[in-house]
Amino acid sequence: MATIDDARTVECDVRTDEMLINMGPQHPSTHGVLRLLLRTDGEIVSWVEPHIGYLHRCAEKIGENLTARQWVPYTDRMDYLAGMNMNLGWALAVERLLGLSVPDKVRHVRVLMAELNRIASHLVGMGTYGLDLGSFTPFLYAFREREKILDLFEEVCGARLTYSYIVPGGAAGDLPGGWLDKCTRFLDEFWPVIDDYHTLLTNNAIFIKRTAGIGVLPAALAIEYGCTGPVLRGSGVDQDLRRDGDAWYTAMYRDYRFHVVVQKDGHYPQDHAYPAVPAEAVLGDSWHRYYVRMLEVVQSVDIVRQALEKYQAAEDEWSTPIKVNHRLPEGEVYLETEAPKGQMGFYLVSDGTAIPWRTRARSSCFANLSVTSELCQGCLLADVPAIVGSLDLVMGEIDR
Amino acid sequence: MAVDQTLVDKLRTRFGDGVRQAQLEGLDPWVELAPDVLVDVCRFLRDDPDVACDMLNCVSGVDFFHADPKKAAKASWQPHVALVYHLSSTRTKERLVLKVTLERWKSGVPGEPPEVPSVCGIWRGANWHEREVFDLMGVRFVGHPDLRRILCPEDWEGYPLRKDYEPPQYYHGIRDH
Repeated sequence: MATIDDARTVECDVRTDEMLINMGPQHPSTHGVLRLLLRTDGEIVSWVEPHIGYLHRCAEKIGENLTARQWVPYTDRMDYLAGMNMNLGWALAVERLLGLSVPDKVRHVRVLMAELNRIASHLVGMGTYGLDLGSFTPFLYAFREREKILDLFEEVCGARLTYSYIVPGGAAGDLPGGWLDKCTRFLDEFWPVIDDYHTLLTNNAIFIKRTAGIGVLPAALAIEYGCTGPVLRGSGVDQDLRRDGDAWYTAMYRDYRFHVVVQKDGHYPQDHAYPAVPAEAVLGDSWHRYYVRMLEVVQSVDIVRQALEKYQAAEDEWSTPIKVNHRLPEGEVYLETEAPKGQMGFYLVSDGTAIPWRTRARSSCFANLSVTSELCQGCLLADVPAIVGSLDLVMGEIDR
Repeated sequence: MAVDQTLVDKLRTRFGDGVRQAQLEGLDPWVELAPDVLVDVCRFLRDDPDVACDMLNCVSGVDFFHADPKKAAKASWQPHVALVYHLSSTRTKERLVLKVTLERWKSGVPGEPPEVPSVCGIWRGANWHEREVFDLMGVRFVGHPDLRRILCPEDWEGYPLRKDYEPPQYYHGIRDH
C-alpha cells in the first residue's frame, strides 16, 4: 500500500506507542547533513520535521565583504554538484546589473558547461536515488559517466568540483585544443548508456514499486511551497526558466531547440523513444520526479550537441571578465536561473562600490525541502528515504 | 502583469495610502507597501486573475545601517531594514517585487526585532523563508505558525546579517578563530 490515510485501519490489532526517531544528520539517505525528526507510530510516519543548518557557512555574509568577482568561488560551494550552474547564476545577475552582455562565443561555452553540469548533477541524483532504495549498481554506472564529464571540466578549468569557471563578464578561459572532439566522443559514448539506466532503474519492477504513487505532490501544493525544477515539473507544471525566465537569462538559450520535460495532455515530449510511464505511477509522485530528470539528461545532450556546433560557428572574440575590484552601479538586481535542482536566484543590492551591500542566494533545494513535512505525512517509514531522495537535495545549497 | 502604472493604480484605488511608493524605472520595478496592508495586497496579487502571483520565490531582508558615523552622515537613507518579496506567476510567467520598510529595532530598543505580518497564510512556502529572515536579519513575523531560528543554532545570540552584528568570541566554550 502506498500511503495510508488513516493509520488506525492498518494498525488496529497491534498496539504501538508513538516514537520520535532522529534520522541524520549523519545518515546515508539524507544526502549530506540533513536531520529529519520523525514521529512514528509503528511503521507509519505521522509527522516529519526537517532540521537544517549543519552546513551553514555564512555565504551571504561573506558576500558583503568581497567584490562580485571574488564571491564566485563561494557560489561553487552552494550546489557543489552543479558548480557551473551556480557560477552562471551569479555571473548573469552581476552582468544584468552592469548591463554587460557577453559575446556569442562565451555564450555557447556557458550553455555547454551548464548543460554538461546538468547531466552530471542528474546522474548523481539518479545514482544516489538508486542507492537510497537499496540498488547499488546504477550508482556505479552513473558515477562512471559523470567521471568523464568531470574530466572534461578538469581540462577546461583545472577543477573537478569547484570550477569558478563562469565569471561575471565571461569565462576564465577559452576551451583548450582538442576539447570539442573529446566532448563529442563523450556524447557518442554516453548516448547508448542512457538506455542502460532505463533498464537498471526506470523500468525496474522493484524501483517502480518503491517510487510509483509514493510522495504524491499535487501541482497546487508544489507551487504554493515554491518548489521548482524537476520537482515542480514532475507535478505537471509547465515551467522551465530556460524558456520562461527573465529575458536576460533566456537570451542565453536563444536559437536553441529543446523541450521542457513535463507531462502535458497526458504525455511527455516524444522527440526520442522514451520508456513508457508505468500504470502505477501517479503524476507528482517520486517516480515522475525521477523520470523528469532522466528525460532532461536527454534534452541536455541535445543542447550540448547544438552548443558544440554553434561554438564552432561563432566568429566573435573571447571576452575579458570583469576585474576583481570592478565597481558596481548603485541599484539592485534579482535574477533566477534554471539550475539542475530548480530555480536558483541571486539578489544583489549595490551601493555603488565594488563590494555588494547585500548578496542573497535563493536556493531551490531550500524551497523543495520545505514541502517534505507535507509529503511524508502518513507514509511508511521506509518511504521517507524514497521521498527525500526524489527531491534530489544538496545540503550545501540549502544551508549556504 | 509586471509592475507598471496600471497595477500601481489598481493597488492605490484598493489600498490607498497602504501603497507607499512605486519605483517603475530600473531593472526590477517594485512597489513599497505599508506593513499593515501587506497580507491583503499579497492575497489580492495571488487571487487577481490578471496578476495570479501564485508563487513566492524569495523573501530577503536588507539592513541599511552604517556603523561609521561619518558614512552614516553621507548616506542617502535613514537607517532601516527593508524586506523584499520576489513573487512570480507560474501561469503568466511574470515577476513582481514588493518591499516593506521597517525600523531597525522595535521602538528603537536595540536587539528587539521589528514586527511585520507573516504571509504564511497566503503561501505556505513563506514559512521557511520567513524563519530564515528572522534568524539572520532579526525581523519578527507576526502570525507565523512556528517562528524559530532555522540555519543558526537555537541558542545563538544576535542576527548575523545585521550590519552592526558582532560575532561572539565564545560559543559553548569554543573560541572563535
